[in-house]
Amino acid sequence: MIEIKQKETCVTEGRDSMKNEMALEFDAISNNESFARVAVAAFVTPLNPTIEELADIKTAVSEAVTNAIIHGYENVYGYGRHGEVRPVCCKIHEGKVYLRCRIEKGVLYIEVEDKGIGIENLDKAMEPLFTTKPELERSGMGFAFMEAFMDDLEVESKPLSGTIVRMRKKLKSGAWIQEE
Amino acid sequence: MDDFQVIDNYLCVKLPEEVDHHKSAYISENADRFILKEQVNNVVFDFEDTRFMDSSGIGIIMGRYKKIACFGGKVFAIHADRQIKRILHMSGLHKIIEIME
Repeated sequence: MIEIKQKETCVTEGRDSMKNEMALEFDAISNNESFARVAVAAFVTPLNPTIEELADIKTAVSEAVTNAIIHGYENVYGYGRHGEVRPVCCKIHEGKVYLRCRIEKGVLYIEVEDKGIGIENLDKAMEPLFTTKPELERSGMGFAFMEAFMDDLEVESKPLSGTIVRMRKKLKSGAWIQEE
Repeated sequence: MDDFQVIDNYLCVKLPEEVDHHKSAYISENADRFILKEQVNNVVFDFEDTRFMDSSGIGIIMGRYKKIACFGGKVFAIHADRQIKRILHMSGLHKIIEIME
């Protein structure tokens, strides 16, 4: 009994004292959306997130990175568009998305930055169902999802110079520890 | 093209493992083509293989709903797992589409 207890504290301590950081830089094309969320998911694995937490993080990262690509750099379809005809709007705008992650004391910090066109009216952009690209069937739920799936969301934007989205999520100790 | 099947008055769309912006144009465009060509009223989204969806998926469903709702068509979601149901509920889509087991 005591032994198990010690093991538990050990696991929690190891988790909480863990510090780790990573930074990624990739082209602003839709192909990299799945790469970005999978990379972050792999990065948090040592914290033993629950399946639900992992899904939340992946969705939030996906929203932020997608926003950077289609709104920041206006790469509406990227190389992702299928079909024979590629309209003029499919021209790829050069640009990079910067993704930085940090784990400290069991808390995950994510920063997604683009140097694109920025957001003119931030309050409006954060409103659920508001989108500047309804013709693309964007649902306008991006920021709402980020807010719902993470503990904290902060957006910094300057028109014509770019946007930084900062998110934070405290990971609860893995459910498997409590179960044992 | 096996992902799009017309059965009677229903277009059944088998969604990929990950539904995101990258894949959304392909799904929407093909679904619309079938809706027009086969004159179907209803659309069924099958989430059996889907493990991930973000707000782009909401856009796909909402877009198809707008296209067929005015002709009395309905949208259904089947085989959605817990995470996907959560997203459908959070966006309020469960009020306009039917989520079935």
